[in-house]
Amino acid sequence: MSIFIDKETKVVVQGLTGEQGKFHALRNKEYGTKVVAGTRPGKGGETVEGIPIFNSVEEAIKETGANTAMTFVPPPFAKDAVLEAAYAGCELIVCITEGIPAKDEAEMYDLLKEKTSSRLLGPNCPGLISPGKSNVGIMPHEITLEGNVGVVSRSGTLTYQAVLELTNLKIGQSTCIGIGGDPVPGTSFIDVLDGFQNDDQTEAIVMIGEIGGSAEEEAAEFIKKNVSKPVVSYIAGLTAPPGKKMGHAGAIVSGNKGTASAKIEALTEAGATVVKNPTSIGQAIKDIL
Amino acid sequence: MNLFEYQGKRLYKDFSIPTPKSIFISNISEINEDHELSYPVVVKAQVQVGGRGKAGGIKVANSFKELVKFSNEILGMDIKGHLVESLLIEEASTILEEYYISFTLDRSKKEYLMMLSAKGGMDIEEVAENNPEDLIKLYISPSKGLNSESITKAIKDAKLNEDFEDELKDVVSKLYSLFVDGDCDLVEVNPLAITDKGVSALDSKVSLDMNAIYRHDNFVEFESEIPIPVSEQFAKEKNLNFIKLDGSVGIIGNGAGLVMSTLDVVSEHGGMAANFLDIGGGAKAETVTAALEVLESEDNVKSVLINIFGGITRCDLVANGIVEATKGKNLKWPIIVRLDGTNSKEGLTILKDNSNENITISSSMDEAAKLAVEGAS
Repeated sequence: MSIFIDKETKVVVQGLTGEQGKFHALRNKEYGTKVVAGTRPGKGGETVEGIPIFNSVEEAIKETGANTAMTFVPPPFAKDAVLEAAYAGCELIVCITEGIPAKDEAEMYDLLKEKTSSRLLGPNCPGLISPGKSNVGIMPHEITLEGNVGVVSRSGTLTYQAVLELTNLKIGQSTCIGIGGDPVPGTSFIDVLDGFQNDDQTEAIVMIGEIGGSAEEEAAEFIKKNVSKPVVSYIAGLTAPPGKKMGHAGAIVSGNKGTASAKIEALTEAGATVVKNPTSIGQAIKDIL
Repeated sequence: MNLFEYQGKRLYKDFSIPTPKSIFISNISEINEDHELSYPVVVKAQVQVGGRGKAGGIKVANSFKELVKFSNEILGMDIKGHLVESLLIEEASTILEEYYISFTLDRSKKEYLMMLSAKGGMDIEEVAENNPEDLIKLYISPSKGLNSESITKAIKDAKLNEDFEDELKDVVSKLYSLFVDGDCDLVEVNPLAITDKGVSALDSKVSLDMNAIYRHDNFVEFESEIPIPVSEQFAKEKNLNFIKLDGSVGIIGNGAGLVMSTLDVVSEHGGMAANFLDIGGGAKAETVTAALEVLESEDNVKSVLINIFGGITRCDLVANGIVEATKGKNLKWPIIVRLDGTNSKEGLTILKDNSNENITISSSMDEAAKLAVEGAS
């Protein structure tokens, strides 16, 4: 089994009529993902390349049985879109949108936790793919291969790099998940590690972190106590000069907290194999398997 | 975005948070004798670095003569590499007690965190380390907010002066409003003082969440007042995320993680990055052209590594940008290009059809980094 999504996942795309939403939803569909609906208030009744558009997620679920939402809605409206999908009953909401204010993310997370049982992935994430089954997000599926390594990362493009390194060595993946680098991610490293630990298909785990915050240190604690499957890890930003904010809201180094070396130390201590170069990830997994 | 003290205090005024009466100047000619402050006044250098007091950037003036003298001395001063370009001149307060208060987002708990202490006016990290019981921590649900009972309890727990309880409650509640409604990443007041004139926020440390710029007109105004390093101005105009570094390998990539990682791999091959430049997600051809223009204006760049892994970014558009920026040009450095992911085949075809002898295509990140390091030496 994969985690969070499978062959039966039915996706409703919020913002399917926009340029990005359309491009990636159609790519997902072409891959075999069941993209069953799109939403856009006021455009209900229209279709985009054969995919029906509804005015609301609730309507889309009623008509198509969608259970997962993928959100491309622009930042000012993203919080309401995610909440709409959750209140309508989506089990999983994948929020691709970049640039949502932290206050909106914090409120959204709080309300989802309090009032719904929906899982949010992101915001500002590339989504997830279970090769051979389903792709919900913007990950380039060409580089993936079905198999038994679970991949989780805070950085979108680095996820792709890691997946490619695996595929180049003919090592397949069970599920690849980008959790996003924003201040309040809906799904954490720990949630995904827990999923992989309990997933029969997954035999080894690749975890990619980066400088800033303490998510990797918390994940290391979890690995130590709860993960028996082998973990290979890479932390980006070893050579980043301290005190410089390098783009991600999450990638801020302050004092000696959140540095690459602190994270590498914590993960090594937890029993993970930490590589110094993302291009070594594939070989490290190969050596373990 | 971190604000200057005077900018934070402008926000305090917007939210009716009491601060000393003040004037703000960026030129000595702006001071004249008929200002409305009463002496003594405090002349404070506006720099974003700690320890300005010890460095001579804060002085108390008892007369107009002294005010002019100190202002002259402090304007233009260099404090730990920061040039003093403006001053905040405030009425001095008689301080009875000094407290500490801050609001921020705790990323692990995914809740807001208020910290309150009766031991303000000093290094709060020291208090947190040596006397953690003196620093009250209150977690706040982002959807429910901060209620009046919690504030009262926190004020009691922190052992603040109960004679000022009502006034303190009011200020705490207003600071929270500023933090939430003002979309701040951080609101910190150290010290929040009890003075002879009542409760007053004597300093301000405010950081804004720039993702919320679309709902705050004043963010743009604040941003325009904060000087950007000359090296980053051009990139800023082009909306690129650029940071100048000391090495010679110019880096262009998509996504902060991949770019940071590119820096690491270049270093592993014995080179050093000249910069960090993230073209972001979903970049168009123009973005890539602009990125190359930015590097062209950098003297320390000796080779350029373009490392793109397409997801939401399409490699064909990136390739068009590279071709557009280099067509018919005599490039001053070799460019190594690595394209993978979404539409990479189309992108590589575009590069091959418009071949340029200074552009090398590499099929892996590792090899590309190695070639770029060789090209720079």
